[in-house]
Amino acid sequence: MAQFQLNVNGEIHEVNADPTTPILWVLRDHLNLVGTKYGCGIAQCGACTVHLNGIAVRSCQLPVSSVGTNKLTTIEGLSEKGDHPVQKAWIAHDVPQCGYCQAGQIMSASALLEANPNPTDEEIESAMNGNICRCGTYTRIKAAIKTASNS
Amino acid sequence: MKTVKTTIGRRSFIKRSTLVGGGIMLSFNWLASCDMTPQQVKALPKEWFKINGFLKIGENGLVTIMSPNPEIGQNVKTSMPMLVAEELDTDWNDVIVEQAPLNTSVFTRQLAGGSQSIRQGWNSLRMAGATARAMLIQAAAKTWNVDASEITTSQGQLIHEASGKKSGYGPMASLAAQMEVPKEVPLKDISDFKIIGTSRKNVDGTKIVTGQPLYGLDYSADNMLIAMIVHPPAFGMQLKSIDDSQAAGMPGIKKIFKIKTHLDNYSLGAFDNDAFNEVAVIVGATTWEVMNAKKALKTEWELSPNKKEDLDFFGSTMTVETPAGLESSNDHRKIFDEMPKKKGKIVRKDGDPEKMFSKAAKIIERSYTCPFLAHNTMEPMNFFADVTSERANLVGPIQTPEIMEGSISKRLGMDKEKIDIQMTRMGGGFGRRLYGHFMTEAAVISKEMGQPVKLIYSREDDMTQGTYRPAYHALYRAALDENNNLIAFHVKTGGIPESPLAANRFPAGAVDHYMAEEWTEKSNITVGAFRAPRSNFIAGAEQAFLDELAEAMDKDPIDFRLELLERAEKDPVGERNDYDASRYAGVLKLVKEKSNWTGTNPEVYRGTAAYFCHNSYVANVLDLEMRNGNPVVKKVYCAIDCGIVVNPDAAINLAEGGVVDGIGHAMYSALTFKDGKPEQNNFDQYRLIRHSEAPKEIEVHFVENQIDPTGLGEPPFPPIMGAMANALYKATGVRHYNQPFITDKPLAG
Ligand code: FES
Ligand code: FES
Repeated sequence: MAQFQLNVNGEIHEVNADPTTPILWVLRDHLNLVGTKYGCGIAQCGACTVHLNGIAVRSCQLPVSSVGTNKLTTIEGLSEKGDHPVQKAWIAHDVPQCGYCQAGQIMSASALLEANPNPTDEEIESAMNGNICRCGTYTRIKAAIKTASNS
Repeated sequence: MKTVKTTIGRRSFIKRSTLVGGGIMLSFNWLASCDMTPQQVKALPKEWFKINGFLKIGENGLVTIMSPNPEIGQNVKTSMPMLVAEELDTDWNDVIVEQAPLNTSVFTRQLAGGSQSIRQGWNSLRMAGATARAMLIQAAAKTWNVDASEITTSQGQLIHEASGKKSGYGPMASLAAQMEVPKEVPLKDISDFKIIGTSRKNVDGTKIVTGQPLYGLDYSADNMLIAMIVHPPAFGMQLKSIDDSQAAGMPGIKKIFKIKTHLDNYSLGAFDNDAFNEVAVIVGATTWEVMNAKKALKTEWELSPNKKEDLDFFGSTMTVETPAGLESSNDHRKIFDEMPKKKGKIVRKDGDPEKMFSKAAKIIERSYTCPFLAHNTMEPMNFFADVTSERANLVGPIQTPEIMEGSISKRLGMDKEKIDIQMTRMGGGFGRRLYGHFMTEAAVISKEMGQPVKLIYSREDDMTQGTYRPAYHALYRAALDENNNLIAFHVKTGGIPESPLAANRFPAGAVDHYMAEEWTEKSNITVGAFRAPRSNFIAGAEQAFLDELAEAMDKDPIDFRLELLERAEKDPVGERNDYDASRYAGVLKLVKEKSNWTGTNPEVYRGTAAYFCHNSYVANVLDLEMRNGNPVVKKVYCAIDCGIVVNPDAAINLAEGGVVDGIGHAMYSALTFKDGKPEQNNFDQYRLIRHSEAPKEIEVHFVENQIDPTGLGEPPFPPIMGAMANALYKATGVRHYNQPFITDKPLAG
């Protein structure tokens, strides 16, 4: 066990955890931020995607000891009122089916648009390919990313 | 206007949930409430009046509607309350939706499966809304001292035109709740619908996109521990012993023990499917600590014996035999080679097919196979349980809460009245969560610990636990005469351990000489319903065969199907055909028109397919393009007849999902075995369709009619597999007979 100070969604949190604990489980079990989802635990599904200094990372592969003072953003902190352009586009296109993958999809999409505000179809596909949607909402996700990109 | 008998009593909602688990940041009803608009939050009423078990009305006119059925992504949590709101005649903006807990005294069939929620709720939910409306009218009639027949409603308002009196529902709610429940109530004419048939957004939408707790895995309560299981590594094995000398002392670990999901003398129910009855359990403080101890736990396994068990299949007892042994996919392939050569069980025979085959000028014979599949819901299996000697509270993702209540009652030796079940929104179902052994396990673990517990399956546990889509085989034969006319049709299907035959579906009824046969082979690999059971294979196989047949007969594939359907409609062969030939033809005609089928573009390779299952009809045209030598799905056209469409945009979403899912499983997914052990246990080896592989565009069209709605969760899934195979053939000249196509033959042209 070790003590860590984490910057999550702009707030400093004290966490007492095994240094190898992935941020995914620190968020879910220690900080009760359960918007970040567990899907595979091996960086294959993208359900656990968060931003580390604005870059999309798989939190299931990110040990708490490696984060230091870097800034973590989760789906709960993406916007204050749930009105990030990507979130708004997701509602406009009524994207979710079961919804379980969508936090990860939104975190990947928002990081993509931050880096590349006008992605082509191919760029969207390659940036989003690590995010599985078992319900098959891919076409709506792409449409929503385009809407967000234009807003 | 039609009148229906009411079947609800006013007092039937009384069974209250005792689930008050505090929980960190979670209030008592966090599962229940859906997105409320800021206006609704501000306007929350001081008091709610329960009119019946389906709805309550606040003094200010806000309405809470209970959504009875489990939500697995099929959007019933929005569409079912829409039916209630329609007949209540209220404004959808004034509606708040709550997920109802299991409550058999109010609700019937709280189950997600078979694409039946809307179909079976169509009358009962509308009746519930109409009953409440009638009681509000009674209350207004009494208050205003006028005749009830003179009162009309509109958008949550009661109106007495003659006197000019008007009231919102809110002020009348208290009195309405005390009115007699009418014996009969009128239902609206379809032409008067204001909510049904209009697109309404997912009631959980904002919660989903802002990451609010909704799913079973998100649930927590004070004092809650985390549990995980270790199950045998292979089918055909069982637990011998555990050695926790290393794991027990690890940080956060509370207890390590063995449990039996079902006791030895228990007669299994239809959904008690469980490959591994005895498992090791690790309970600890946090998920990561338990995962680490799980790796350190030493286990010994042994071969399990032949088993014969009684299964109580909804009242009738069946004996289920589970053979011993460690099976490999190679063994399954041998079965697929040998069994079709043996005599099968003839399920249907019209005319004299043997004779026609013997005198045929040409016989076309093809075999199709598919592998086992894991459901792979994005949210792995999990359940929360808080079991004391007095009560059991269970919260989590389950498609069959009522059935599982019975299993758990037997396992715990506790009356059903003492068991409360709350359903969370589910991170996918696809049939997997019909089988709730994980729920029973959670209950048994909580009882052992004397503490609330959340049981979590890792992805690996989830994928290797069983309850798979069976592996299937289909052999198709067609006899042609010298003029290339179809004179006989023969289908023989089999599978491990069940056959996918639907003997009375098309093309049965369209061919004079027809035979359907089947065979099965036992296995100890457990299987379960998987989105559109059996159809999820047989549709693709049949539709690929019909394509090949049309080609051999030199006919357009859509026209060929339409000819057969015309025969089936005008002069059907046999009496047991279970499809409506004109509705079947209807979706084919619609897709033909919308896709501009007769137009040609040399760069686009088109495949078509159509299928009927779960009471709905779907036809597809799939357009492929070759890009750098690789096939890319450019566009899919999907025509559907599922009767009245309740929530069109959500229905389109579900159909798009079915199309993507169908292409994905036909192309990429398989679960294979070596010595009983699944060879894939996570998404690095088990391939699911991804963004870049999905169709670039999907266009969905519905046949407009006034037929009561039928299912949509399953029907768009099966036929697209055939359309994909047929388009691939056009693009590459290669026919694919074995799913997944990606490992069958090279895809490039
Ligand atoms: S849980 Fe991290 S990528 Fe799947
Ligand atoms: S919406 Fe269900 S997994 Fe994406």
